[in-house]
Amino acid sequence: MEEQRLINLEHISKAYDGVTVLSDINLYIRKKEFVTLLGPSGCGKTTTLRIIGGFERADSGRVMFDGKDISNLPPYKRKVNTVFQKYALFPHLNVQDNIAFGLKLKKAPKDEIAKKVDRMLDLVNLSGYGKRSVDSLSGGQQQRIAIARALVNEPEVLLLDEPLGALDLKLRKEMQLEIKSMQQRLGITFLYVTHDQEEALTMSDTIVVMRGGHILQIGTPKSIYDEPKNAFVANFIGESNIFPGTMVRDELVHFCGTDFPCVDAGFGEDKPVDVVIRPEDILLVGEDVGQVTGVVKSVLFKGVHYEMMIDAGHSTWKVHSTTMQPEGSRVGISVVPFNIHIMHPMQEEKGNE
Amino acid sequence: MMKFIKRFYLSLILFFLYVPIVVLIVQSFNAGKSRAKWEGFSFRWYQELFNDAAIMQALYVTVSIAVLAAIFATILGTLAAIGIHSMQKRPQSLMMTLTNIPMTMPDIVTGISLMLLFIFTKVERGYVTMLLAHITFDTPYVILSVLPKLKQMNKHSYEAALDLGATPMYALFHVILPEIMPGVITGAMLAFTLSLDDFTISYFTTSPLVQNLSTLIYSQARKGIKPTMNALSALMFVSLLALLLVVNKRSSSEGVKN
Amino acid sequence: MNNLQIPAWGVWAMLGGLGVFIGLLILYFKQNHGLKRPIFASPYTLWMIAFTVLPCILIGYYAFTDANGKFTLDNFKNFWDSNYDMNKELIAMGFNPEDMGFSRGTVNVDTLVYSLWMAFLCTVICLLLGYPTAHIMADREFKLGATLVILFVIPMWMNFLLRTIAWMSLLEDNGLINNLLEWLGIGRRQLMYNTEAVLLGMVYNYLPFMVFPIYNVLNKMDYKLSEAAMDLGCNKWKTFYKVTLPLSLPGVVSGITMVFMPAVTTFFIPRMLGGGNTEMFGDLIERTFLTANNWNVGSALSMIMMVLILLSLGLLRKVDPEGEGGGMV
Repeated sequence: MEEQRLINLEHISKAYDGVTVLSDINLYIRKKEFVTLLGPSGCGKTTTLRIIGGFERADSGRVMFDGKDISNLPPYKRKVNTVFQKYALFPHLNVQDNIAFGLKLKKAPKDEIAKKVDRMLDLVNLSGYGKRSVDSLSGGQQQRIAIARALVNEPEVLLLDEPLGALDLKLRKEMQLEIKSMQQRLGITFLYVTHDQEEALTMSDTIVVMRGGHILQIGTPKSIYDEPKNAFVANFIGESNIFPGTMVRDELVHFCGTDFPCVDAGFGEDKPVDVVIRPEDILLVGEDVGQVTGVVKSVLFKGVHYEMMIDAGHSTWKVHSTTMQPEGSRVGISVVPFNIHIMHPMQEEKGNE
Repeated sequence: MMKFIKRFYLSLILFFLYVPIVVLIVQSFNAGKSRAKWEGFSFRWYQELFNDAAIMQALYVTVSIAVLAAIFATILGTLAAIGIHSMQKRPQSLMMTLTNIPMTMPDIVTGISLMLLFIFTKVERGYVTMLLAHITFDTPYVILSVLPKLKQMNKHSYEAALDLGATPMYALFHVILPEIMPGVITGAMLAFTLSLDDFTISYFTTSPLVQNLSTLIYSQARKGIKPTMNALSALMFVSLLALLLVVNKRSSSEGVKN
Repeated sequence: MNNLQIPAWGVWAMLGGLGVFIGLLILYFKQNHGLKRPIFASPYTLWMIAFTVLPCILIGYYAFTDANGKFTLDNFKNFWDSNYDMNKELIAMGFNPEDMGFSRGTVNVDTLVYSLWMAFLCTVICLLLGYPTAHIMADREFKLGATLVILFVIPMWMNFLLRTIAWMSLLEDNGLINNLLEWLGIGRRQLMYNTEAVLLGMVYNYLPFMVFPIYNVLNKMDYKLSEAAMDLGCNKWKTFYKVTLPLSLPGVVSGITMVFMPAVTTFFIPRMLGGGNTEMFGDLIERTFLTANNWNVGSALSMIMMVLILLSLGLLRKVDPEGEGGGMV
């Protein structure tokens, strides 16, 4: 384990003007891993990235790179490169010179620079664009150039700060796949910052969910989606129904006026808990066979599925289903024990990291 | 109709602005010395101009001070703008107030306060004090021309350069400076022209022995301006105009190329 | 007065010192990996302290001291009552100035009021002439904005003293305008050496400073805003005073400041076109310093001027906090 760790953040804290942005962040990143820092704006994800890039210094804590402390190393001496928000391409240089910027600084021979630039342009599917001015490119093309400019330096880690934020939805999806396949082909470690949970789920090997300067959960996309550690993570990653409930005993939880069997244990007896259920995990059955019954309040067609809001047990349930139940009809609701996720209420969870 | 009225109004205003200039230029070709009477066309004053030691000396002082002050103010102001731009909010607004003071202070108060400073520190007033004064009132204009360019710049450009291995110095000269160059040039031009035209501040910060064109004109104004002065300013005016046309033509032909 | 204590090379040495200082800064900058850019403003800060803050303090010092350097408010009393010093001497000699018919001398206050009045008139005229000009320049129909700006800048390249003197040759008793008037059969008039001539010279000089800031704001303004207003039912005039005018106020305020402040203290124009018949506050300050050689009273007058200016600056900041209208470029 230990020797695989390429970057290790140890007890990183940072404050601006007395406002804490990061408090005691501990995080390691393995070689060739695609790690995503995910969280709402202001959660500290970009600051974390900037500390690794060397643009900010942590108030306390260490940044270890390959076992060496690089906390005080300036950006230009770190073996990481960054793809910035809104790209930060140099407008006074053309595409080719933008990409060659880093290589020229390293005093690489001219023919080698030309070769590498061409290879990079090839990699990002923009061969022949070398002489173009940066301003003449579309947002997606500028994005590719920004990636090429960073990758040509053969960094050990590529940092990407919301690189797709300025692109439209379709282009974003394309680029997500492209970046992922690029990472797999090149075998470089990627550290990716985004507030888009879908992006994080699609691309990452590991997701780090952050909020208010804390890390809430670290795990694979599947484990974070299936086993969110608390209601915030559950709500942030995908859509969720969150009900306040009581743990009757191990493997039995009470909410919405009914006892539901579940698979969680160890919460104690008669303890308040949050119950999280994904909308697609709720089964609509006949009125008389459900665990609770309810009335369909509204139906929205969402393309792949219908989204129905159902009043049942004094709560509103959000249900995704491919079959539609008409508005006003009475339905039974059933959830298999495996899909009921029990969590400590948010207040208790805080500070547990 | 509306369009005609608008055009007519604009032409009237422009006419008002250009009348004295036309008068000046016409006077410079007048054979006689009188301001009002036309005594025939001649280049007499243009020929006499180059033999007028006082005017040539004043011209030298004016131009050399304008050039030196513009250079100093541009360096000082560009550095300051980069510094101010990356400051936190509070020191930034303090610096902006400091920058605004000399711009809003009446010239006469600026001139007098500097005069008091030079007298107080017992520095003899002359060429150097005038230069110092000009740098002082030029620099804020440079800052105000450069700052907007810095604001327009992608705030990560500088960091991107560091990220790609550039040292801070390299990034400053090869990334920031090229991007803000238009602002720097505007600032330098502005400083140069302001300095060229200044009278009030120069008047208080120099001695009668070192005159620029403005103070020379002032000292002659009572006795009557020599037509040679008209000839000189007509020449300067035309050369600035020519410079403008050349610059404009070059930038527009570059625009076509792109 | 001009004690040569620091020779010219001393000042050059100071400039050289500045260069060395900038060099040291760059070294420090390198050491900090370029993360501390604010340090770049420090030469400028020092410069401004030496050549703006310090001189202002000096004015304050002279304004509140007498010739012997003792604290006094007499300089301001002299502003209020120009006979103050004389009366003080009379009292010291045992006379009562009022018995002798010497009352308060109002010359200084009158001059200030007159200057403010002239500057006010000049500003109003510039605004009335300048706002429509700026509005037409920013008009999208013409598409001439940039060219027109240059046309307004070009006259300013001609030395402003010479331009003012050129007006003299136009307005003279046997000047061009009078010749024209006679030829038209109206007859010659006294056009110079009166208030109107001074006002003309001031408007001529400061008009561009009103036009540029207003033009800047109007030009930057999103024309879709006025389209939106029309879409919502405003007619042309309503659109103008409900949308365009309020949004251009920062430019107007900036223009007013840029005209009013120099206009109050102008001292060359009234001397030439007013022929010395009408003294303005700028003349008074200059005369007090250089002719009367009284730095203390002169400083007090300058300080009163500065306070007026700072008050207006505060006002400007309130209306236009971003300084949008500022700058002439």
